[in-house]
Amino acid sequence: MNVCRLKKLGFGMGVLGAASFSLIPFLLFVSSAFKTQTEVTAIPPQIWPSFSLAFFRSAIVRYDILKYLVNSVIVAGSTTVVTVFLSALAGYGLARLPRRWSHLTLMVILACAMFPQIAIVGPVWRFLRHLGWLNTYQGLILPYVALTLPLAIWILALFFREMPEELEAAALVDGCTRLQALVRVIVPLSAPGLFTAAILTFIYAWNEFFLALLIVTDPVRQTMPVGIALFQGEHTVPWGEIAAASLMTTAPLVVMVLLFQRRIVSGLSAGAIKG
Amino acid sequence: MASLTLKEISKRFGDIDALSAVDLHVPDGQFCVLLGPSGCGKSTLLQIIAGLERQDQGSVLLDQEDVDHLSPRERDVAMVFQSYALYPHMTVSENLGFGLRMRRFPKGEIRDKVLEAAQLLGIEHLLDRKPGQVSGGQRQRVAMGRALVRRPRLFLLDEPLSNLDAQLRLNVRLELKQLHRQIRTTILYVTHDQVEAMTLGDQVVVLKEGQMRQVGDPESIYNRPADTFVATFVGSPVMNLFKGKCVKEGKRFRFLHPDFSLHMGSLSLDMDGHEVELGIRPEDIECGKEEKADLKAEIAMMSNVGADQYIHARIGKAPVTLRAPKNATFCAGDIVTIPIDTRKLHIFHEGQRIN
Amino acid sequence: MIAKQHRLSLVLISPALLVLVVFIGAPVIQSVSLSLHRIVISLPQLQTPFVGLANYQELLHDAVARHSFWVTIVFVSTTTFFELALGLLLALLIHRRFPGRGGLRACVLIPWAIPTVVSAQMWRFLFNDAYGMINYAIFGHRVTAYVPWLAEPGMALCAVILADIWKTSSFAALLILAGLQIIPEELYQAARVDGAGLWRRFWHITWPLVRPALLVALLFRTIDAFRVFDLAFVMTQGGPADATNVLQLYGYKKMFIEGWMGYGSAISVSVFVMILILAIVYVRIVGRRLLEKSL
Repeated sequence: MNVCRLKKLGFGMGVLGAASFSLIPFLLFVSSAFKTQTEVTAIPPQIWPSFSLAFFRSAIVRYDILKYLVNSVIVAGSTTVVTVFLSALAGYGLARLPRRWSHLTLMVILACAMFPQIAIVGPVWRFLRHLGWLNTYQGLILPYVALTLPLAIWILALFFREMPEELEAAALVDGCTRLQALVRVIVPLSAPGLFTAAILTFIYAWNEFFLALLIVTDPVRQTMPVGIALFQGEHTVPWGEIAAASLMTTAPLVVMVLLFQRRIVSGLSAGAIKG
Repeated sequence: MASLTLKEISKRFGDIDALSAVDLHVPDGQFCVLLGPSGCGKSTLLQIIAGLERQDQGSVLLDQEDVDHLSPRERDVAMVFQSYALYPHMTVSENLGFGLRMRRFPKGEIRDKVLEAAQLLGIEHLLDRKPGQVSGGQRQRVAMGRALVRRPRLFLLDEPLSNLDAQLRLNVRLELKQLHRQIRTTILYVTHDQVEAMTLGDQVVVLKEGQMRQVGDPESIYNRPADTFVATFVGSPVMNLFKGKCVKEGKRFRFLHPDFSLHMGSLSLDMDGHEVELGIRPEDIECGKEEKADLKAEIAMMSNVGADQYIHARIGKAPVTLRAPKNATFCAGDIVTIPIDTRKLHIFHEGQRIN
Repeated sequence: MIAKQHRLSLVLISPALLVLVVFIGAPVIQSVSLSLHRIVISLPQLQTPFVGLANYQELLHDAVARHSFWVTIVFVSTTTFFELALGLLLALLIHRRFPGRGGLRACVLIPWAIPTVVSAQMWRFLFNDAYGMINYAIFGHRVTAYVPWLAEPGMALCAVILADIWKTSSFAALLILAGLQIIPEELYQAARVDGAGLWRRFWHITWPLVRPALLVALLFRTIDAFRVFDLAFVMTQGGPADATNVLQLYGYKKMFIEGWMGYGSAISVSVFVMILILAIVYVRIVGRRLLEKSL
């Protein structure tokens, strides 16, 4: 009896510890967004904010943070659409190839995800400069597509492979062409897989910093992470505004995690079990 | 509706001959069953006929017309899959109508045909549900209906009953036979279940390792199996087979086994001195306790399968299964006598039937 | 079952492959070629002469590079170790069925989901010498004892390491969770029937069966840790005194701040080769059978 209660207590402590380890630093930081200037720079620090919205106003008006947000939406959104489209085609193609080939191709594709960005960034930068695509959306979107494709292809190839082939055969016998079978039967059924791939791609593109820093140097086209990293005040670090901007960047992600926790877990762990 | 002809269909997967030179003719309106153990190539054959898989050699003809160059969509055949392969994202009625939609039938006509098929199968109350919301038996009907609704030239059924439980399987089997009487479409039906094959088929084709072993109506398959494989695959309990030697005694032949010997009647070939196998079905042996009989056996075990009782016994060392007479009471250790009707004997030489 | 139309498959795969080749495959190869040339971005009139392995020779004698290498090694090994240990604990927690598991999983995922830049700013703020919460948590109102964490080389590296552990332990946990999920529940029941306690169940069932997933997590995490950039860039800019100047950051500075494209490429190729060797070693020792069996 006592042992049982002790175990439960231990488990509860573990849960509490994990949750606070994950959340408290973050909450302490973003709560600064709701403080006033004196509260943020108080020594010793002050924990509870007074729920002032001054920093949000300042971030939007003085630092034009919404512009970065729009850029992020455009870049991450387009990347997601393109990546999911290309990886659905490729994943389907790979799932229908003989094992030996698809295995090899998937390994090569996975290896692409392992390359350090630094090893590709020089040539990519020169290539984009050559095309005149530095400081453009497409100059950022295309490399992002390349970097997110491996995981998306991996998830979808496994997903398609597990879909019973009989369904596709049934569609063919029912009078579909192969393309119709793909559009009418396979794609609707792979919605969960496509969705998982889309979430993970979006999160990657929304968060990416290294390439964004190098490819887009014109503030008009910069994305949120670059904006947050390069935030400069006149004399001191504008912590309140940074926290406000961080919260605005993070809020959509937190909502996504809360809503789609199950899909994210299964998507990431699919990659692990199978690979 | 159409007749189906297969000419020398061959298919290899790697080093394995999935099908070798399969020839078959299924006349218009016939219910033909492909029977064989799993891995015998029967499903592959079905897929080749549907156009889902391409044969290495040979050709498929519908109404004597070569369809090899046609895609599944153009062949106008319907298929019921073992897993049913219902589209989980569509309702039952959308599933039923999918083939018609793909062939651009007018909406009203699709609705009428779907309703007609649903009524025929007794699933009209399920039309608005998704496949996930109906029972296994109902799903099977939907799969049948999806094939039925198009009135295709040929039905291909790939083990359609194997996912049903025993009771349901029996009912659906009867209904299927009934349905075929009503619609009279050519059906090619794949199964590994010999009872299904015998009860459903007008013609039964026994396949093993990609080769046709015997083609014929159920009676001839059962009564005159062409080889030892067919003999043991069809029938339950399995036919008793004894390996022994054939010896000529005047005009008749005698079968010599280490544990017993027995007259075999007349043979078409002179097998004097050859190794032969002698088969007899358990249900063809009416054993008793009379003294005057050909063979004696000691009972090892009884097994009761409801309507019938079977005896597992030994003649000397050779095991034999036989049917017990109605109301008979036997115990292990009893000695029973086995009268042999030579007309019921199956005699094989090197696996092939010789009587 | 369906007649394999390989041509169709290849057509479907090709657009994705094209993107990968243009933006990953070709650049990697070109990096190698760039590293064999002397290229200065700001001085195009110098042309781009072929210099053979001169960049690499220089790299061997570059004290900053050697220091960066060691910083990276320390960073990779400590973060990977702690992330796997913590990840295993987290995975065991979020694997258990209990009310609120979904909520805990979401909580744990948040550090992984937020941009690294945000978490870097967050830790930079928390480690602030004057109004940072870390100082407050440790020293309370004794303001004079407050430590300027990010200004001391050793402490700064620790801070960056802590930030990385906070950010990616949950990712490691998810990879390990995948391994836990494929352990059949019957095994635990059988062990209980056999009288095994909690610890024995972990040691004899969980540990051996989760090890493959742990190794996969190790592979992913090590490779990823080698690529650390955002955290160091935002939190410390590589300082103080190059204490957090990890290789990818150093390469970036050489290439894009100082404009030595050729020399920077030599650094990036070296990082790439290190990761490659590491990956090959891993796959050779532990991964091969595992990877192939799972496909």
